[in-house]
Amino acid sequence: MVEELGTTTEGDLVINIGPQHPATHGVLHLVVTLNGETIKKVEPHLGYIHRSIEKMCESLTYRQFIYVTSRMDYLSSHINNHACALCVEKGLQLEIPPRAQVIRVLVDELTRIASHELWWGAMAMDLGAFTPFFHAFRERENINDIMEETCGARLTMNYIVPGGVMADIHPNFQKRVKNFIQLFRSKADEYDELVTGNIIFQNRMKGVGYLSPEDAVSYGCTGPTARGSGVHCDIRKLYPYEIYNTLQFDEILESAGDSFARYMVRLREMRESVKILEQLIDNIPEGEFQAKTKAVLKLPKGEFYQRVETARGEFGVYIISEGATTPYRIKFRSPGFANLSVLNHISKGGKLGDLVASMGTLDLVIPDIDR
Amino acid sequence: MTTDEIKLSIATLVPAAVIEEGGEWLNVFIEPAAWKSLAFQLKHNKELSFDFLFCVTCVDWKTHLTMVYHLNSTVFRHHLVIKIKLDRNDPKIETVSDIWRTAEFNEREAYEMFGVQFIDHPDLRLLILPDGWEGRNPMRKDFEDAVNMIKL
Repeated sequence: MVEELGTTTEGDLVINIGPQHPATHGVLHLVVTLNGETIKKVEPHLGYIHRSIEKMCESLTYRQFIYVTSRMDYLSSHINNHACALCVEKGLQLEIPPRAQVIRVLVDELTRIASHELWWGAMAMDLGAFTPFFHAFRERENINDIMEETCGARLTMNYIVPGGVMADIHPNFQKRVKNFIQLFRSKADEYDELVTGNIIFQNRMKGVGYLSPEDAVSYGCTGPTARGSGVHCDIRKLYPYEIYNTLQFDEILESAGDSFARYMVRLREMRESVKILEQLIDNIPEGEFQAKTKAVLKLPKGEFYQRVETARGEFGVYIISEGATTPYRIKFRSPGFANLSVLNHISKGGKLGDLVASMGTLDLVIPDIDR
Repeated sequence: MTTDEIKLSIATLVPAAVIEEGGEWLNVFIEPAAWKSLAFQLKHNKELSFDFLFCVTCVDWKTHLTMVYHLNSTVFRHHLVIKIKLDRNDPKIETVSDIWRTAEFNEREAYEMFGVQFIDHPDLRLLILPDGWEGRNPMRKDFEDAVNMIKL
Protein backbone atom coordinates (compact mmCIF):
# COMPACT_ATOMS: atom_id res chain seq x y z
CA MET A 1 0.00 0.00 0.00
CA VAL A 2 2.91 2.30 0.70
CA GLU A 3 3.81 2.74 -2.95
CA GLU A 4 0.36 4.18 -3.62
CA LEU A 5 1.05 7.11 -1.32
CA GLY A 6 2.28 10.48 -2.52
CA THR A 7 1.25 12.35 -5.62
CA THR A 8 -0.29 10.42 -8.50
CA THR A 9 0.33 11.11 -12.17
CA GLU A 10 -2.87 13.13 -12.37
CA GLY A 11 -1.60 15.39 -9.60
CA ASP A 12 -3.82 13.89 -6.92
CA LEU A 13 -2.60 13.48 -3.39
CA VAL A 14 -2.98 10.09 -1.70
CA ILE A 15 -2.94 10.09 2.08
CA ASN A 16 -3.45 7.60 4.88
CA ILE A 17 -5.97 8.03 7.65
CA GLY A 18 -5.40 5.40 10.30
CA PRO A 19 -4.96 2.64 11.29
CA GLN A 20 -4.06 4.60 14.42
CA HIS A 21 -6.20 7.69 14.11
CA PRO A 22 -8.59 9.00 16.76
CA ALA A 23 -11.40 9.63 14.27
CA THR A 24 -11.50 6.03 13.03
CA HIS A 25 -12.48 4.76 16.51
CA GLY A 26 -10.36 1.68 16.28
CA VAL A 27 -7.97 0.24 13.81
CA LEU A 28 -9.50 1.20 10.49
CA HIS A 29 -7.17 2.24 7.69
CA LEU A 30 -8.47 4.58 5.01
CA VAL A 31 -6.50 5.46 1.90
CA VAL A 32 -7.93 8.75 0.68
CA THR A 33 -7.26 10.18 -2.78
CA LEU A 34 -7.53 13.94 -2.78
CA ASN A 35 -7.64 16.62 -5.42
CA GLY A 36 -6.80 19.70 -3.41
CA GLU A 37 -9.15 19.33 -0.49
CA THR A 38 -11.81 17.43 -2.42
CA ILE A 39 -12.12 13.69 -1.91
CA LYS A 40 -11.92 11.60 -5.07
CA LYS A 41 -11.87 8.18 -3.47
CA VAL A 42 -11.94 6.61 -0.01
CA GLU A 43 -10.70 3.07 0.16
CA PRO A 44 -10.92 1.17 3.43
CA HIS A 45 -8.26 -1.42 4.29
CA LEU A 46 -9.56 -3.83 6.88
CA GLY A 47 -8.26 -6.71 8.91
CA TYR A 48 -6.23 -5.12 11.69
CA ILE A 49 -8.51 -6.72 14.24
CA HIS A 50 -9.66 -9.74 12.24
CA ARG A 51 -9.82 -12.83 14.47
CA SER A 52 -11.76 -15.10 12.13
CA ILE A 53 -14.59 -15.47 14.60
CA GLU A 54 -16.73 -17.36 12.09
CA LYS A 55 -14.08 -20.05 11.76
CA MET A 56 -13.53 -20.19 15.51
CA CYS A 57 -17.22 -20.80 16.04
CA GLU A 58 -17.06 -23.89 13.84
CA SER A 59 -15.15 -25.66 16.61
CA LEU A 60 -17.07 -24.22 19.55
CA THR A 61 -20.24 -25.73 20.97
CA TYR A 62 -23.57 -23.91 20.98
CA ARG A 63 -22.95 -22.86 24.56
CA GLN A 64 -19.40 -21.69 23.99
CA PHE A 65 -19.72 -19.66 20.79
CA ILE A 66 -21.81 -16.97 22.49
CA TYR A 67 -18.73 -15.71 24.33
CA VAL A 68 -16.84 -14.98 21.14
CA THR A 69 -19.72 -13.02 19.67
CA SER A 70 -19.54 -10.43 22.46
CA ARG A 71 -16.19 -9.49 21.00
CA MET A 72 -17.60 -8.46 17.65
CA ASP A 73 -19.74 -5.42 18.25
CA TYR A 74 -18.51 -4.89 21.79
CA LEU A 75 -20.81 -1.90 22.27
CA SER A 76 -23.85 -4.06 21.53
CA SER A 77 -22.59 -7.25 23.11
CA HIS A 78 -25.89 -8.09 24.79
CA ILE A 79 -27.70 -7.79 21.48
CA ASN A 80 -25.12 -9.95 19.70
CA ASN A 81 -25.52 -12.62 22.38
CA HIS A 82 -29.27 -12.25 22.08
CA ALA A 83 -29.23 -12.95 18.34
CA CYS A 84 -27.11 -16.05 18.80
CA ALA A 85 -29.24 -17.34 21.69
CA LEU A 86 -32.43 -16.78 19.66
CA CYS A 87 -30.96 -18.60 16.67
CA VAL A 88 -30.00 -21.62 18.80
CA GLU A 89 -33.42 -21.56 20.46
CA LYS A 90 -35.06 -21.49 17.02
CA GLY A 91 -33.16 -24.65 16.14
CA LEU A 92 -34.04 -26.35 19.41
CA GLN A 93 -37.63 -25.01 19.31
CA LEU A 94 -37.13 -23.94 22.88
CA GLU A 95 -39.61 -21.78 24.77
CA ILE A 96 -38.00 -19.43 27.19
CA PRO A 97 -39.58 -18.19 30.45
CA PRO A 98 -41.32 -14.78 30.35
CA ARG A 99 -39.01 -13.43 33.04
CA ALA A 100 -35.97 -14.12 30.88
CA GLN A 101 -37.63 -12.46 27.88
CA VAL A 102 -38.24 -9.24 29.76
CA ILE A 103 -34.76 -9.19 31.28
CA ARG A 104 -33.29 -9.72 27.82
CA VAL A 105 -35.16 -6.77 26.34
CA LEU A 106 -34.26 -4.58 29.32
CA VAL A 107 -30.55 -5.23 29.00
CA ASP A 108 -30.77 -4.88 25.21
CA GLU A 109 -32.25 -1.42 25.49
CA LEU A 110 -29.77 -0.38 28.18
CA THR A 111 -27.03 -1.49 25.81
CA ARG A 112 -28.54 0.51 22.98
CA ILE A 113 -28.57 3.66 25.12
CA ALA A 114 -24.99 3.06 26.28
CA SER A 115 -23.86 2.53 22.70
CA HIS A 116 -25.57 5.67 21.44
CA GLU A 117 -24.17 7.66 24.38
CA LEU A 118 -20.65 6.63 23.49
CA TRP A 119 -21.26 7.39 19.82
CA TRP A 120 -22.67 10.81 20.66
CA GLY A 121 -19.71 11.79 22.82
CA ALA A 122 -17.10 10.46 20.43
CA MET A 123 -18.79 11.97 17.41
CA ALA A 124 -18.92 15.44 18.97
CA MET A 125 -15.28 15.09 19.95
CA ASP A 126 -14.33 14.23 16.37
CA LEU A 127 -15.88 17.50 15.32
CA GLY A 128 -13.92 19.41 17.91
CA ALA A 129 -16.25 19.63 20.91
CA PHE A 130 -14.57 18.04 23.90
CA THR A 131 -17.17 18.57 26.64
CA PRO A 132 -19.98 16.33 25.30
CA PHE A 133 -17.71 13.33 25.68
CA PHE A 134 -17.68 13.78 29.46
CA HIS A 135 -21.42 14.36 29.60
CA ALA A 136 -22.09 11.19 27.64
CA PHE A 137 -19.73 9.10 29.70
CA ARG A 138 -21.22 10.40 32.94
CA GLU A 139 -24.57 8.81 32.05
CA ARG A 140 -23.05 5.79 30.38
CA GLU A 141 -21.14 5.01 33.56
CA ASN A 142 -24.46 4.34 35.32
CA ILE A 143 -25.38 1.73 32.75
CA ASN A 144 -21.97 0.11 33.09
CA ASP A 145 -22.47 -0.07 36.84
CA ILE A 146 -25.88 -1.73 36.40
CA MET A 147 -24.31 -4.25 34.02
CA GLU A 148 -21.43 -4.90 36.38
CA GLU A 149 -23.76 -5.73 39.23
CA THR A 150 -26.03 -8.01 37.26
CA CYS A 151 -23.72 -9.53 34.65
CA GLY A 152 -20.33 -9.29 36.32
CA ALA A 153 -18.79 -7.40 33.42
CA ARG A 154 -18.90 -3.88 32.09
CA LEU A 155 -18.30 -4.41 28.39
CA THR A 156 -18.39 -8.00 27.11
CA MET A 157 -21.20 -9.32 29.26
CA ASN A 158 -22.02 -12.80 27.87
CA TYR A 159 -25.19 -12.61 29.92
CA ILE A 160 -27.77 -13.89 27.46
CA VAL A 161 -27.41 -17.64 26.89
CA PRO A 162 -29.54 -20.24 25.07
CA GLY A 163 -32.54 -20.86 27.27
CA GLY A 164 -32.67 -17.54 29.04
CA VAL A 165 -30.12 -15.46 30.89
CA MET A 166 -27.02 -16.58 32.76
CA ALA A 167 -28.14 -15.48 36.22
CA ASP A 168 -31.05 -13.68 37.80
CA ILE A 169 -30.94 -9.89 38.02
CA HIS A 170 -29.27 -8.28 41.01
CA PRO A 171 -31.69 -7.15 43.79
CA ASN A 172 -30.61 -3.56 43.07
CA PHE A 173 -31.35 -3.84 39.34
CA GLN A 174 -34.85 -2.34 39.29
CA LYS A 175 -33.95 0.49 41.64
CA ARG A 176 -30.85 1.43 39.70
CA VAL A 177 -32.57 1.30 36.31
CA LYS A 178 -35.33 3.57 37.64
CA ASN A 179 -32.69 5.97 38.92
CA PHE A 180 -31.06 5.88 35.52
CA ILE A 181 -34.34 6.63 33.72
CA GLN A 182 -34.83 9.66 35.93
CA LEU A 183 -31.25 10.78 35.44
CA PHE A 184 -31.46 10.34 31.68
CA ARG A 185 -34.69 12.31 31.43
CA SER A 186 -33.13 15.22 33.29
CA LYS A 187 -29.92 15.16 31.23
CA ALA A 188 -31.23 14.40 27.74
CA ASP A 189 -32.22 18.00 27.10
CA GLU A 190 -28.66 19.02 27.89
CA TYR A 191 -27.52 17.06 24.85
CA ASP A 192 -29.67 19.19 22.61
CA GLU A 193 -28.60 22.42 24.26
CA LEU A 194 -24.95 21.51 24.15
CA VAL A 195 -24.62 20.08 20.64
CA THR A 196 -27.77 19.74 18.53
CA GLY A 197 -28.72 23.40 18.50
CA ASN A 198 -25.15 24.61 18.08
CA ILE A 199 -24.87 26.53 14.82
CA ILE A 200 -21.27 25.50 14.14
CA PHE A 201 -22.18 21.87 14.66
CA GLN A 202 -25.24 22.14 12.42
CA ASN A 203 -23.23 23.77 9.65
CA ARG A 204 -20.75 20.94 9.73
CA MET A 205 -23.47 18.26 9.63
CA LYS A 206 -26.28 19.49 7.41
CA GLY A 207 -26.02 18.46 3.79
CA VAL A 208 -22.84 16.50 4.46
CA GLY A 209 -22.60 12.86 3.40
CA TYR A 210 -25.94 12.60 1.61
CA LEU A 211 -27.30 9.07 1.21
CA SER A 212 -30.44 8.46 -0.84
CA PRO A 213 -32.95 5.81 0.29
CA GLU A 214 -32.31 3.72 -2.85
CA ASP A 215 -28.57 3.70 -2.26
CA ALA A 216 -29.05 2.92 1.43
CA VAL A 217 -30.95 -0.24 0.50
CA SER A 218 -28.63 -1.18 -2.36
CA TYR A 219 -25.54 -0.85 -0.16
CA GLY A 220 -27.26 -2.92 2.52
CA CYS A 221 -27.26 -0.11 5.07
CA THR A 222 -29.45 -0.71 8.09
CA GLY A 223 -30.09 0.81 11.47
CA PRO A 224 -29.91 4.56 12.11
CA THR A 225 -27.77 4.96 8.97
CA ALA A 226 -30.64 3.87 6.72
CA ARG A 227 -33.37 5.38 8.91
CA GLY A 228 -31.69 8.75 8.48
CA SER A 229 -32.59 8.36 4.80
CA GLY A 230 -36.16 7.39 5.59
CA VAL A 231 -35.89 3.63 5.05
CA HIS A 232 -38.08 1.52 7.32
CA CYS A 233 -35.66 -1.09 8.61
CA ASP A 234 -36.13 -1.49 12.35
CA ILE A 235 -36.15 -5.26 12.85
CA ARG A 236 -37.90 -4.77 16.19
CA LYS A 237 -40.87 -3.41 14.24
CA LEU A 238 -40.69 -5.31 10.95
CA TYR A 239 -39.87 -8.81 12.17
CA PRO A 240 -40.45 -8.58 15.93
CA TYR A 241 -38.60 -11.03 18.12
CA GLU A 242 -38.93 -11.71 21.83
CA ILE A 243 -41.61 -9.36 23.24
CA TYR A 244 -41.06 -6.32 21.04
CA ASN A 245 -44.48 -6.66 19.39
CA THR A 246 -46.15 -5.98 22.75
CA LEU A 247 -44.20 -2.78 23.44
CA GLN A 248 -45.09 0.80 22.63
CA PHE A 249 -42.29 2.62 20.88
CA ASP A 250 -41.76 4.47 17.63
CA GLU A 251 -39.42 3.71 14.79
CA ILE A 252 -37.46 6.93 14.35
CA LEU A 253 -37.28 8.09 10.74
CA GLU A 254 -35.69 11.18 9.22
CA SER A 255 -35.91 12.06 5.57
CA ALA A 256 -32.96 14.37 4.89
CA GLY A 257 -30.40 11.55 4.46
CA ASP A 258 -27.45 13.69 5.56
CA SER A 259 -25.19 13.41 8.58
CA PHE A 260 -27.48 15.57 10.69
CA ALA A 261 -30.45 13.27 9.99
CA ARG A 262 -28.46 10.22 11.07
CA TYR A 263 -27.40 12.14 14.17
CA MET A 264 -31.00 13.00 15.04
CA VAL A 265 -32.16 9.41 14.58
CA ARG A 266 -29.71 8.13 17.18
CA LEU A 267 -30.42 10.93 19.60
CA ARG A 268 -34.17 10.35 19.42
CA GLU A 269 -33.74 6.58 19.58
CA MET A 270 -32.25 6.89 23.04
CA ARG A 271 -35.51 8.39 24.26
CA GLU A 272 -37.49 5.55 22.64
CA SER A 273 -35.30 3.02 24.44
CA VAL A 274 -35.98 4.79 27.72
CA LYS A 275 -39.71 4.47 26.93
CA ILE A 276 -39.26 0.71 26.60
CA LEU A 277 -37.36 0.57 29.88
CA GLU A 278 -40.18 2.43 31.63
CA GLN A 279 -42.78 0.00 30.31
CA LEU A 280 -40.92 -3.04 31.51
CA ILE A 281 -39.04 -2.15 34.65
CA ASP A 282 -42.04 -2.53 36.97
CA ASN A 283 -43.43 -5.49 35.07
CA ILE A 284 -40.73 -8.12 35.31
CA PRO A 285 -42.68 -11.36 35.76
CA GLU A 286 -41.75 -13.71 38.56
CA GLY A 287 -40.48 -17.16 37.75
CA GLU A 288 -37.50 -18.91 36.27
CA PHE A 289 -34.80 -16.92 34.50
CA GLN A 290 -33.67 -19.89 32.43
CA ALA A 291 -35.47 -22.75 30.72
CA LYS A 292 -34.39 -26.29 31.48
CA THR A 293 -31.94 -27.34 28.78
CA LYS A 294 -29.70 -30.31 28.26
CA ALA A 295 -26.05 -29.93 29.25
CA VAL A 296 -24.95 -30.47 25.67
CA LEU A 297 -26.99 -28.74 22.99
CA LYS A 298 -27.42 -30.41 19.62
CA LEU A 299 -29.16 -28.57 16.82
CA PRO A 300 -31.06 -30.67 14.29
CA LYS A 301 -29.73 -30.81 10.73
CA GLY A 302 -30.81 -27.71 8.90
CA GLU A 303 -30.38 -23.99 8.56
CA PHE A 304 -31.42 -21.28 10.97
CA TYR A 305 -31.36 -17.55 10.49
CA GLN A 306 -32.08 -14.94 13.12
CA ARG A 307 -31.94 -11.19 12.71
CA VAL A 308 -32.04 -8.60 15.46
CA GLU A 309 -31.66 -4.84 15.68
CA THR A 310 -28.39 -3.79 17.30
CA ALA A 311 -27.43 -0.21 18.00
CA ARG A 312 -25.83 -0.14 14.54
CA GLY A 313 -28.45 -1.94 12.50
CA GLU A 314 -29.46 -5.37 11.37
CA PHE A 315 -27.34 -8.13 12.82
CA GLY A 316 -27.93 -11.61 11.42
CA VAL A 317 -26.80 -15.02 12.58
CA TYR A 318 -26.91 -17.79 10.01
CA ILE A 319 -26.24 -21.25 11.43
CA ILE A 320 -25.85 -24.28 9.18
CA SER A 321 -26.10 -27.38 11.31
CA GLU A 322 -25.24 -30.95 10.42
CA GLY A 323 -26.77 -32.25 13.63
CA ALA A 324 -23.57 -32.08 15.65
CA THR A 325 -22.75 -30.21 18.87
CA THR A 326 -20.87 -27.56 16.89
CA PRO A 327 -22.15 -25.60 13.91
CA TYR A 328 -20.94 -26.65 10.45
CA ARG A 329 -20.80 -23.06 9.31
CA ILE A 330 -21.75 -19.81 10.96
CA LYS A 331 -22.13 -16.53 9.17
CA PHE A 332 -22.52 -13.26 10.99
CA ARG A 333 -24.19 -10.55 8.98
CA SER A 334 -22.69 -7.53 10.68
CA PRO A 335 -24.33 -4.13 10.24
CA GLY A 336 -21.00 -2.28 10.30
CA PHE A 337 -19.65 -4.16 7.29
CA ALA A 338 -22.45 -2.94 5.05
CA ASN A 339 -22.46 0.54 6.56
CA LEU A 340 -18.74 0.92 5.92
CA SER A 341 -19.14 -0.03 2.27
CA VAL A 342 -21.17 3.12 1.69
CA LEU A 343 -18.44 5.44 3.04
CA ASN A 344 -16.76 5.99 -0.34
CA HIS A 345 -20.12 6.70 -1.94
CA ILE A 346 -21.24 9.36 0.57
CA SER A 347 -17.92 11.15 1.04
CA LYS A 348 -16.82 11.28 -2.63
CA GLY A 349 -16.87 14.83 -3.92
CA GLY A 350 -16.95 16.29 -0.43
CA LYS A 351 -14.17 17.95 1.53
CA LEU A 352 -11.62 16.10 3.61
CA GLY A 353 -12.81 17.85 6.77
CA ASP A 354 -16.32 16.51 6.19
CA LEU A 355 -15.09 12.93 6.04
CA VAL A 356 -15.06 12.86 9.84
CA ALA A 357 -18.71 13.91 9.98
CA SER A 358 -19.77 11.31 7.40
CA MET A 359 -17.75 8.58 9.05
CA GLY A 360 -18.84 9.53 12.56
CA THR A 361 -22.52 9.28 11.73
CA LEU A 362 -22.09 5.79 10.25
CA ASP A 363 -21.17 4.72 13.80
CA LEU A 364 -18.54 2.19 12.80
CA VAL A 365 -17.23 -0.32 15.31
CA ILE A 366 -14.22 -1.96 13.73
CA PRO A 367 -14.25 -5.39 15.47
CA ASP A 368 -17.82 -5.72 14.20
CA ILE A 369 -16.63 -5.12 10.62
CA ASP A 370 -13.52 -7.32 10.72
CA ARG A 371 -15.03 -10.11 12.85
CA MET B 1 -46.51 -11.63 -3.65
CA THR B 2 -47.37 -14.94 -2.04
CA THR B 3 -44.93 -17.83 -1.87
CA ASP B 4 -46.76 -19.61 -4.67
CA GLU B 5 -46.56 -16.58 -6.95
CA ILE B 6 -42.84 -16.22 -6.25
CA LYS B 7 -42.37 -19.91 -7.05
CA LEU B 8 -44.22 -19.45 -10.31
CA SER B 9 -42.16 -16.41 -11.30
CA ILE B 10 -38.90 -18.22 -10.53
CA ALA B 11 -40.02 -21.26 -12.50
CA THR B 12 -40.78 -19.02 -15.48
CA LEU B 13 -37.47 -17.16 -15.25
CA VAL B 14 -35.29 -20.23 -14.65
CA PRO B 15 -37.12 -23.44 -15.62
CA ALA B 16 -34.25 -25.58 -14.35
CA ALA B 17 -34.42 -24.14 -10.84
CA VAL B 18 -35.07 -26.53 -7.98
CA ILE B 19 -37.36 -24.98 -5.40
CA GLU B 20 -37.36 -26.23 -1.85
CA GLU B 21 -39.89 -25.32 0.81
CA GLY B 22 -40.10 -26.17 4.47
CA GLY B 23 -37.49 -23.87 5.97
CA GLU B 24 -38.19 -20.38 7.19
CA TRP B 25 -37.90 -18.99 3.67
CA LEU B 26 -38.14 -20.30 0.14
CA ASN B 27 -34.89 -21.90 -1.09
CA VAL B 28 -34.02 -21.86 -4.77
CA PHE B 29 -31.16 -23.91 -6.19
CA ILE B 30 -29.82 -22.78 -9.56
CA GLU B 31 -26.81 -23.25 -11.82
CA PRO B 32 -24.10 -20.55 -11.77
CA ALA B 33 -24.77 -19.69 -15.43
CA ALA B 34 -28.38 -18.71 -14.67
CA TRP B 35 -27.50 -16.41 -11.79
CA LYS B 36 -26.76 -13.07 -13.40
CA SER B 37 -29.94 -12.82 -15.47
CA LEU B 38 -32.08 -14.10 -12.61
CA ALA B 39 -30.49 -11.59 -10.22
CA PHE B 40 -31.31 -8.75 -12.61
CA GLN B 41 -34.94 -9.85 -12.82
CA LEU B 42 -35.24 -10.35 -9.07
CA LYS B 43 -34.16 -6.79 -8.44
CA HIS B 44 -35.83 -4.99 -11.33
CA ASN B 45 -39.06 -6.93 -11.86
CA LYS B 46 -41.66 -4.66 -10.27
CA GLU B 47 -43.59 -7.54 -8.76
CA LEU B 48 -40.55 -9.20 -7.22
CA SER B 49 -38.51 -6.13 -6.18
CA PHE B 50 -35.88 -7.99 -4.19
CA ASP B 51 -33.88 -4.83 -3.58
CA PHE B 52 -32.17 -5.74 -0.33
CA LEU B 53 -29.41 -8.36 -0.39
CA PHE B 54 -28.94 -8.77 3.32
CA CYS B 55 -26.58 -11.70 3.60
CA VAL B 56 -24.00 -13.25 1.29
CA THR B 57 -22.48 -16.50 2.50
CA CYS B 58 -20.12 -19.03 1.03
CA VAL B 59 -20.12 -22.55 2.47
CA ASP B 60 -17.42 -25.17 1.97
CA TRP B 61 -19.07 -28.60 1.73
CA LYS B 62 -15.69 -30.31 1.13
CA THR B 63 -16.94 -31.69 -2.22
CA HIS B 64 -18.17 -28.36 -3.54
CA LEU B 65 -18.75 -24.77 -2.51
CA THR B 66 -22.17 -23.17 -2.21
CA MET B 67 -22.92 -19.48 -2.50
CA VAL B 68 -25.96 -18.47 -0.48
CA TYR B 69 -27.72 -15.17 -1.19
CA HIS B 70 -30.41 -14.00 1.24
CA LEU B 71 -32.78 -11.57 -0.41
CA ASN B 72 -35.49 -9.37 0.98
CA SER B 73 -37.85 -6.87 -0.57
CA THR B 74 -38.25 -3.57 1.26
CA VAL B 75 -41.45 -3.02 -0.74
CA PHE B 76 -43.28 -6.33 -0.23
CA ARG B 77 -41.28 -7.70 2.74
CA HIS B 78 -40.95 -11.13 1.16
CA HIS B 79 -37.81 -13.24 1.37
CA LEU B 80 -35.92 -15.57 -0.90
CA VAL B 81 -32.77 -17.63 -0.51
CA ILE B 82 -30.74 -18.43 -3.62
CA LYS B 83 -28.21 -21.25 -3.45
CA ILE B 84 -25.66 -21.91 -6.14
CA LYS B 85 -23.32 -24.89 -6.20
CA LEU B 86 -19.78 -24.16 -7.40
CA ASP B 87 -16.90 -26.38 -8.44
CA ARG B 88 -14.52 -26.47 -5.47
CA ASN B 89 -11.37 -26.63 -7.62
CA ASP B 90 -12.37 -23.78 -9.89
CA PRO B 91 -15.18 -21.79 -8.26
CA LYS B 92 -16.42 -19.14 -10.68
CA ILE B 93 -19.57 -17.08 -10.67
CA GLU B 94 -20.64 -13.75 -12.09
CA THR B 95 -20.64 -10.73 -9.83
CA VAL B 96 -23.88 -9.06 -8.79
CA SER B 97 -22.15 -5.99 -7.38
CA ASP B 98 -23.66 -3.87 -10.17
CA ILE B 99 -27.15 -5.00 -9.14
CA TRP B 100 -26.79 -4.82 -5.36
CA ARG B 101 -23.90 -2.56 -4.39
CA THR B 102 -23.45 -4.31 -1.06
CA ALA B 103 -22.26 -7.39 -2.96
CA GLU B 104 -18.99 -5.64 -3.83
CA PHE B 105 -17.52 -5.97 -0.33
CA ASN B 106 -19.22 -9.27 0.42
CA GLU B 107 -17.85 -10.82 -2.76
CA ARG B 108 -14.36 -9.60 -1.92
CA GLU B 109 -14.71 -11.38 1.40
CA ALA B 110 -15.87 -14.62 -0.24
CA TYR B 111 -12.99 -14.29 -2.72
CA GLU B 112 -10.30 -14.11 -0.07
CA MET B 113 -11.85 -16.52 2.43
CA PHE B 114 -12.98 -19.21 -0.03
CA GLY B 115 -11.21 -18.40 -3.29
CA VAL B 116 -14.37 -17.80 -5.30
CA GLN B 117 -13.65 -15.90 -8.53
CA PHE B 118 -16.29 -13.29 -9.27
CA ILE B 119 -16.34 -12.61 -13.00
CA ASP B 120 -16.45 -8.88 -13.92
CA HIS B 121 -16.09 -7.74 -10.30
CA PRO B 122 -14.83 -4.13 -10.44
CA ASP B 123 -12.19 -4.50 -7.73
CA LEU B 124 -11.52 -8.12 -6.74
CA ARG B 125 -8.71 -7.81 -4.18
CA LEU B 126 -8.06 -8.90 -0.63
CA LEU B 127 -10.19 -6.95 1.82
CA ILE B 128 -9.50 -8.29 5.30
CA LEU B 129 -6.43 -10.48 4.86
CA PRO B 130 -2.96 -8.91 4.57
CA ASP B 131 -1.06 -8.76 1.27
CA GLY B 132 0.44 -12.05 0.18
CA TRP B 133 -2.47 -14.25 1.22
CA GLU B 134 -3.71 -14.78 -2.32
CA GLY B 135 -4.39 -18.41 -3.04
CA ARG B 136 -4.73 -19.55 0.57
CA ASN B 137 -8.29 -19.53 1.73
CA PRO B 138 -8.63 -19.60 5.52
CA MET B 139 -12.34 -20.34 5.74
CA ARG B 140 -12.06 -23.56 3.75
CA LYS B 141 -12.41 -26.68 5.84
CA ASP B 142 -8.97 -28.07 4.97
CA PHE B 143 -7.03 -24.89 5.75
CA GLU B 144 -4.22 -25.44 8.24
CA ASP B 145 -1.77 -22.85 9.42
CA ALA B 146 0.50 -23.51 12.40
CA VAL B 147 1.25 -19.82 12.99
CA ASN B 148 -2.16 -18.27 12.44
CA MET B 149 -4.06 -20.87 14.40
CA ILE B 150 -7.75 -20.28 13.99
CA LYS B 151 -9.00 -23.77 14.75
CA LEU B 152 -9.57 -24.07 18.49
